[in-house]
Parts: sequence; C-alpha cells; structure tokens
Amino acid sequence: MIDVLRAGVLSSVQDSGRAGLRHLGVAQAGVLDTLALEVGNRLVANAPQAAAIEITVGPAAFRFTRATRIAITGAQFAATLDGVPVYTWWSLPVRAGQELVLQGPTRGMRGYLCIRGGIDVLPVLGSRSTDLAARFGGLGGRKLRDGDRLALGVPAAGARSASAVDAPAFGVKAPQWCRFAEVAHEPVRRGKHVAGAERAAVIRVLRGPEYDAFDEAARAAFWSDEWCVTPQSNRMGYRLAGSPLTGTHSGDMLSHAVLPGTIQVPSNGQPIVLMSDAQTTGGYPRVGVVIAADLWKLAQVRLGGAVRFVRSTREEARYALAEQQAYLRQIDAAIAMHEERMQRAAGRAHAA
Amino acid sequence: MTEPRIYPFGDSALVCEAPPPATLACQERIWALAQAAGEWAHVVEAVPGMNNLTLVFDPLRADMEALARQLAHAWNRAVAVKAAAREIEIPVRYGGEHGPDLHEVAQHAGLSVEEVVRRHSSAEYVVFFVGFQPGFAYLGGLDDSLHTPRRAVPRLEVPAGSVGIGGAQTGVYPAASPGGWQLIGRTASTLFDPARNPPTLLQSGDRVRFSVVEVAP
Repeated sequence: MIDVLRAGVLSSVQDSGRAGLRHLGVAQAGVLDTLALEVGNRLVANAPQAAAIEITVGPAAFRFTRATRIAITGAQFAATLDGVPVYTWWSLPVRAGQELVLQGPTRGMRGYLCIRGGIDVLPVLGSRSTDLAARFGGLGGRKLRDGDRLALGVPAAGARSASAVDAPAFGVKAPQWCRFAEVAHEPVRRGKHVAGAERAAVIRVLRGPEYDAFDEAARAAFWSDEWCVTPQSNRMGYRLAGSPLTGTHSGDMLSHAVLPGTIQVPSNGQPIVLMSDAQTTGGYPRVGVVIAADLWKLAQVRLGGAVRFVRSTREEARYALAEQQAYLRQIDAAIAMHEERMQRAAGRAHAA
Repeated sequence: MTEPRIYPFGDSALVCEAPPPATLACQERIWALAQAAGEWAHVVEAVPGMNNLTLVFDPLRADMEALARQLAHAWNRAVAVKAAAREIEIPVRYGGEHGPDLHEVAQHAGLSVEEVVRRHSSAEYVVFFVGFQPGFAYLGGLDDSLHTPRRAVPRLEVPAGSVGIGGAQTGVYPAASPGGWQLIGRTASTLFDPARNPPTLLQSGDRVRFSVVEVAP
C-alpha cells in the first residue's frame, strides 16, 4: 500500500494508456511522458508499461506502508525520503513507514512515481489509466486526493537481486542529458514567452494535412515564433499563444480522427497541440503533427514556458524513435550489468 | 467510385479520404475498410471519421508506403458493409426541462413543437461514426426542416443523455459536458458504460430510432 499524504495540483494513476478504442470515442489517456514511465518501471523491475502515479508539478507527499523500491522519473523534483534528499532517475530502496516528499520541480512539468509491482487499480477497458474527462479508470476515474490509499501489485516473479527491496540505490542517465534528445536548430527571432522562462523546447514537427491551406505569413510564423504554453493547457491539449495563424482557406472540414501530437488551429488562430487525454475526433485544420519521439519533451514543457517547432521528415521521425529504443536498451544493459556485479559480490561474500 | 485521397498524418497515421459529398454509401465503404484494415499487421487501429478513415500504425514496424498502397487497393475492392444493422431504440422525454431548446427549434423550423417531435422521432438514423467523447454517435438522417444552427453561446454543462440538434446533425450527449447543440429532449438510456462490453450503446453502422416517452409543454 501507499498512502497519498498530499496529492498536489494534479496527480493521477496512469499507465501507457488505452489502445484500439478510438472508434468508440474512448480517448487514449495514459502518461504524457512515456519515456519517463518506461525508464522508471525498468528501475524497479516492473513491466515497462506498469501503472505509476503521474504528478503534475507537485508538491506531493506519499507514505509507504511496507518496504519496497521506487523510482522518480520525468520532471526533476527536489525529492526527500524521510527528509534525506534522493535523486530522480534512481532506483531507491524504501523502508516501511518512510515518507517521500516531492517539492516543485526545478525542471520539467510531470514526474512519475514508479513503485515495485506497479499501482494496482482495476484495469478498465484494458488499462489502469485514469480518464479524467470521462471519469473512469485509475482510482474512481478521478485525480488523487489527500488521504487516498493505493494498492501495489505483486512484483514479477524471478526478482533480481539489484531490485531486491534492500539492495543499494543505483541510477541511470536521464534522457534529457543524452545526445539523442538534442535537436540542432537555427536561432530564433525574439519570442513572446514570459521573460525568464526556460529556453524554448525544440519540438520536431511534420507538416499537417492542412498546412498548405494557411497563408504564407501564417506558415512562416508557425516555424519562426516561440510559442507560449498558456495556463489553459492540460492533459487534453497544450494551448499555445503567439502570432495568430489565420488566412486558412480550408473551409468547413468534415470530422476526422485526431491523435496526440496533432496541432490543430481553431478559428482564433492559436494552435492547440493535442495530448493523451484529447478527444478522438475533431474538425479544425491540422497545421502540423509533433513526431512521436518528441511528445515526451512537449509533456515536460511548463505552463508559461515556450516551444519552437522545427521541420522534420518522416525519416528523421523514425530515426528519432529508433534512437529512443536504443537508449532504453542501454538502460536495460546497464541494469543487467549492475545486476551481475551484485550477484558476483553476493557470491564472493558467500564464499568468504 | 472515384479514387480516395490517401495521405500521411504525422509519423504514425495515414488518412484515406473519400471525395465529397459524404453519403451513406460512401460511409458504408469506410466501415468495410475500417474492418479490414484493423486486421493488418502493425496497424494499431482504424478510426472512421465523416467520409474518411484514419489508420494508426506502429511507426517503427510498419512501412507507410506499403500501407498506403494496401489502403488504395482495399478501397477499390471494399464492398460496402450493409452492417449487421443493429436497430437501437432510444426513448426520449422531449421538451420542458429535458429539452429547453425545443421551442426555439420549432420556431426556427416554422413548425409546431408536436410536429418537430413527430419528425425527429419518426426518422431512422444511421450512426456514421463515433467520436469526440466516449459513445458520442454522429447520426445521419435528420429531416432537413429540423436543421438548426448551434447556440451562439455554448452551455457550460449539458446534462448526460441530452438529445440535441447541431446544424444538420442530431445526437445524444453520453456524459455531462459543455456543448453548443440545441437541446430538444433527454433519454435515460446509458450511452457509455466502461464496465459493459462493448462499452458504448451505439457503434458505426447502427440504425437508431428515437421514441417518444412524453412531450412536456
């Protein structure tokens, strides 16, 4: 069990989301930063898609009723375990009764608390994710509240010694510090984002089906502006502010499916990037689509922060995804090596 | 039938868009295509829209060009699915607190309230596709005389089960949500229940009739 002492602004149970139900209008839901979930689960020897707690900004606090192992990934939270600072992107042993406190993140927007065995709520329509709009899944279809108590799943069989509850802590390299996460780009013209905000996140985008329906000025602004992520942004979509993208002649559009990453432009000309909780169909012109490999970066851009869109190609999009997979394999290899060292050390201790 | 337009939509999807206008015959073909394409290797799901189909695939494993060719080929061979044509009746309380905009719709149509209800409840509708929110069905078949523009200012909360008219569309809100349609009645039927299998009352291809429980003044 884990007790939610302080849920913060928005914390919810999420896994990798629901697939295959869009034709019934059921949204994907699931974590916004899938890379953070995959790494966090690896650190505690869970299946990569096991359910975790997604913590938006915090501050949040949890108490563990029994000894287990945790990892905090995603946003860079200032975290303490019984008052002692702990690292994010580490696999940490936790004793029964210990309290984890996550203060506001110094970087990023969403953190993931992955716990050995995963959060065990009843799967609904194939997923443990909370659908906040349709109010089902997760814990009662709602965000977590102070005083909630969550059950933990039974850890996978064949537990490794590195992830035993009393094995020492170890860490991995966060994706934002890796080469593959960097995107080369041209310098930009002055942005309109709030002064002092983090540097604009560079997000790679493929032209959308209605890209050519926008006039030249709008197309130019789309690539050259720094877009402010407005406070109206949420898990359904990032509402951006910048030069209005008008001058479309796409006319009345018939409804079509929309996906996380779709950048749609309603009549006010301010783009919305759809995220995991987005509705399944829409009718606004689609100016662009964020490449799948960059969705996690967007998920970590904070309200008031800025994003820049750079042109991508399908080849690059695919390569970027492959690089992400390679990074995950490196994490697997690093954990396996650590495991081997642990076993060897245990063997020596036994021999002595 | 003329060739559809097939184009990429990001790095993980393809869209097959039939030439306008949207007709039931064309939509039947889209359902058939959705059914077939949903089974293809590396396809995650096939999502019908109005006159179009979006194919979501695994970007690392699928070959987009090959899928596009396969789509074009399947479109030409697709036999319109006259769907298993499930018939679903949705009992409605028209007017009064359940349908606060019934009078406005009648006024717009130049008909009596009773006549609006008669025309709305005597037509047979077809679910063109389900989208927007869980179980929200886009119905075709609304009598021309009942087409009514959406409300200038959308309501912040439309109760679950509300039956509305928005332009040339009619439909039922499965859950309480903001909405701009003219509300003419309400049903007690559950349109979406995640614990049910399938979770939605309505699916693409279903035939729908609204029956009159009462007409409040």
